[in-house]
Amino acid sequence: MEVLYASCVGVLVACGIYLILRARTFPVVLGLTMLSYAVNLFLFSSGRLTINKAAVLGSASEYADPLPQALVLTAIVIGFAMTAFVVILSIRGRADLGNDHVDGHLVKSSKERK
Amino acid sequence: MTLLWIPLLSLIGSVISSCTSKLTRNQSTALTMLAPLIALGIVFSYTPAVFSGETIRYTADWIPLLNMQVSFRLDGLSLLFLYMILGIGTLVIFYARYYLSNNDSLPKLYCYLMLFMTAMVGIVMSNNVIQLWLFWELTSISSFLLISYWWHKSEARKGARMALAITGAGGLALLAGLLLIGDIVGSYNLDVILASKALIQSHDLYEVGLVLILLGAFTKSAQFPFHFWLPHAMAAPTPVSAYLHSATMVKAGIFLLARFYPALSGTDTWFILVAMTGLSTLLVGAYIALFKHDLKGLLAYSTISHLGLITLLLGLDTELATVAAIFHIINHAIFKASLFMATGIIDHETGTRDMRKLNGMWRFMPYTATLAMVAAASMAGVPLLNGFLSKEMFFAETLHQQVLGSMSWLIPVLATLAGALSVAYSARFIHDVFFNGDPIDLPKEPHEPPRYMRVPIEILVVLCLLVGMFPHFAVSDILASASYAVLGDAAPDYKLSVWHGFNLPLLMSFIATCCGILIYVQRKYLFQFQASLPTISAKKGFEGGLYRVIKWSQEKINHIENGSLQRYAFVMITVVLLCAGWPLFEMRQLAGASELTPIDFHNAIGAGLLIIGALATVFWHRSRMISLIMISIVGLMVSVAFTRFSAPDLALTQLTVEVVTVMLLMLALFFLPQRTPKESSSLRILRDLGISSAIGVVVASICYALLTRPLESISDFFVANAKTGGGGTNVVNVILVDFRGFDTLGEITVLGIAALGIYKLLINLPLFMPASDSEGRPWARERYPILLASISQSLLPLALLVSAYIFLRGHNLPGGGFIAGLVTAIAFILQYMANGSNWIAERFDVNYRKIIASGIAIALFTGVGSWAFGRPFLTTWFDYFDIPLVGKTELASAIVFDLGVYLTVVGATLMILASLGKLTANTPKQEVNI
Repeated sequence: MEVLYASCVGVLVACGIYLILRARTFPVVLGLTMLSYAVNLFLFSSGRLTINKAAVLGSASEYADPLPQALVLTAIVIGFAMTAFVVILSIRGRADLGNDHVDGHLVKSSKERK
Repeated sequence: MTLLWIPLLSLIGSVISSCTSKLTRNQSTALTMLAPLIALGIVFSYTPAVFSGETIRYTADWIPLLNMQVSFRLDGLSLLFLYMILGIGTLVIFYARYYLSNNDSLPKLYCYLMLFMTAMVGIVMSNNVIQLWLFWELTSISSFLLISYWWHKSEARKGARMALAITGAGGLALLAGLLLIGDIVGSYNLDVILASKALIQSHDLYEVGLVLILLGAFTKSAQFPFHFWLPHAMAAPTPVSAYLHSATMVKAGIFLLARFYPALSGTDTWFILVAMTGLSTLLVGAYIALFKHDLKGLLAYSTISHLGLITLLLGLDTELATVAAIFHIINHAIFKASLFMATGIIDHETGTRDMRKLNGMWRFMPYTATLAMVAAASMAGVPLLNGFLSKEMFFAETLHQQVLGSMSWLIPVLATLAGALSVAYSARFIHDVFFNGDPIDLPKEPHEPPRYMRVPIEILVVLCLLVGMFPHFAVSDILASASYAVLGDAAPDYKLSVWHGFNLPLLMSFIATCCGILIYVQRKYLFQFQASLPTISAKKGFEGGLYRVIKWSQEKINHIENGSLQRYAFVMITVVLLCAGWPLFEMRQLAGASELTPIDFHNAIGAGLLIIGALATVFWHRSRMISLIMISIVGLMVSVAFTRFSAPDLALTQLTVEVVTVMLLMLALFFLPQRTPKESSSLRILRDLGISSAIGVVVASICYALLTRPLESISDFFVANAKTGGGGTNVVNVILVDFRGFDTLGEITVLGIAALGIYKLLINLPLFMPASDSEGRPWARERYPILLASISQSLLPLALLVSAYIFLRGHNLPGGGFIAGLVTAIAFILQYMANGSNWIAERFDVNYRKIIASGIAIALFTGVGSWAFGRPFLTTWFDYFDIPLVGKTELASAIVFDLGVYLTVVGATLMILASLGKLTANTPKQEVNI
């Protein structure tokens, strides 16, 4: 299972990075979202993988590591705030610059307006 | 403790004087003078103890972890410098009152002056070399402010910049040197360093450390070839020049040499470097001073020359030379400060400092002229004045040294030559300005200055005479204690007296005086010769060099930082890949000691969906709507993974965040192009595929390595104490609101800031609003479907009930403020979608910014509240109560904190989505083509 989990994280990272390297804002936003999934899963895995051991006292005899969970919980919310900010920034960028290229200047493409 | 007050007082004085802009000039001056006067009183009270050979120390902890201390000391050398810094400082403050015109801000000058004074006091009193260096840098910065006081003048700005660049560069060298010496000795404490002469000098890096420290000292005290900043610093107001360039800033370099003399001197390297630098500075300064037409320029180069003289003395290998150096430090400070002040008066009352225009001033200001002539005569070394005594000692010592081996006779000869030049420029100062015919084209009618403007000069000139005529009475004690501080028990016996009989030094003085007068009389030929030489402008060279450096780096920066975010992302990711990937190759084995768990069917299905979703997102990333749907599969699978692996809180959070994120991205997509054009070349795609796969492989490997290693966690503490210490059984929630509550507080603050930033970004947004979808079909005419509207309205109370339930149970079962907040937000967003923002605004008018603010405030006050009970910030409290109908219930202060979290999350989420959603309520219009 560890191999599978690690591969999932790796695929998410690879896809996220590929999208981050694109030239338009929306794919970059998706890439950042994907990367934050990957980071959350990675951080979570530092508590190792356990099944049916939720860290609620009295529910089991031993518990999953609660600390990475608490850290990831805040990371999810912060990740949402970041995604929201970036996507609004890209709307603003398109409104102010007339296109949604990440480099922020007018590019030669005229097919962009659809 | 009282010792600490000396630097502290001048710092306080700096603050006080900056607040005196409402007061009259006299009140401002009086208030500012108070601090150095009190400090002088403190220094005076310590004087008898220091004279008896005692060193007074004060130490307090600074960074105990690094064994660093705030440490001050007061020995003879510090005492001497303190008297100069505080005494001349007080006079300069008084003098500046009359010098500055009403248009210039006096409090501003005083504030900078006092800051500078603090820095100087700090340098001379520091007993820790790092602390000394900090004060050293503070002098560079505060002198920059002082020199650029008349910032509207280009020469002031350029002069200040040059001074800062040179002394700042020297400061960096000094830091390196001090760190090196500190490392050799094993302590940054000055007491220890000064006592470790043998250890330092036997170390291989002694020469390197010495050169670095000397670089610091030489740049600061304007030694050749770093002398050129000093004349340009004359763009400062004259009181500043009188202070910085006579008694303090340039003397800081000399102080440094004297301070480290016990530890660093005595080697051939020291003698050659220090003596040769001093000798060349002495000659170059004296020679150039002769040709300066600007009075302050003449004084600037004469200062350079005298600093060279002191440096030369410190570099000679006799103890008495060091005593002479200290003696000349005192004398030079006294006569040069008074000369600068006299120049200021002349400038102030005539409007010019050009010696070609200033002639015959004796008739207009005889009193000032007398004072200036006495000081200038002291500079030339005329008998019965203080300058004569130290110059005699200097001549005598040049005869006794052996620095240059068989060529040592050169030094007295060159010293006599420098003496002659010094007589010549002093004669020029006196004769050209006060006699030599009539003034030419003066901007003002010259007259005597205000009565009190002369007081500081009178005091200094009296000191010149006092030291010159009764040296034993005036300075022997302070000179002896300062020499003791530098030389220790090796301090030689000497006798200060006006008359030593006919001897060789006297003959040298006589020759120097005669030659000097001869040079002055025949100066016409020298000036012609000098005019025929090519002129070297240090300013032009410096500015040109600076310009080239800036241009070069600008080109390089433009090359790297070309404004392309794509490029930056690529560079950053490549660096991450290299840094994270490299250590993997140094690991011997990737897998750890833990046993692998088998893959079960459910997990395999989930992982497969997740991977497919991720790949599909990339594959269809040009059709944005499809890729958004695909990424939502990934998000869903992540939350399923959290459920599977025993993290119900995370699963709930991820699920609700996922809903909000997808809605937000869909809304955003409305304002963005629906499709991404094909732009990347195949090569670029290949490159990106390569680098992203490489990172994926690296991260997967690290993750695998992590997963297969046994867990060593600090979480046992949290599990053991969640119930007893935090009063809750849901350990994750207890960590969030109790153990690591401070993190959570920071986090909701970040959330609030992001929401406010989004709010700000959406103000005055020029909209691109498509009238149809990407295929050209118009939007549905019915904006708010009736079915959705009626269902969502009846769902709202239920959703709120669920969120209240999740909130309340959060401390003991999965749930809590974050999740409850998101659920509430989703319930409201559904209303927005079903009924439109106008419909909401009519029924539920609320300012989301206030909700965010109150949420953070509640969380903060819960934290502060624990102070009221004498507990640290964010200590929680809980207890059990019997409440009728409800039964035995736990009440915890953490729930109030969680309420703050809840409100912030609701406010931030709704503000983000509602303010974006509100924009769509506007009438769609045809997109403007640009």
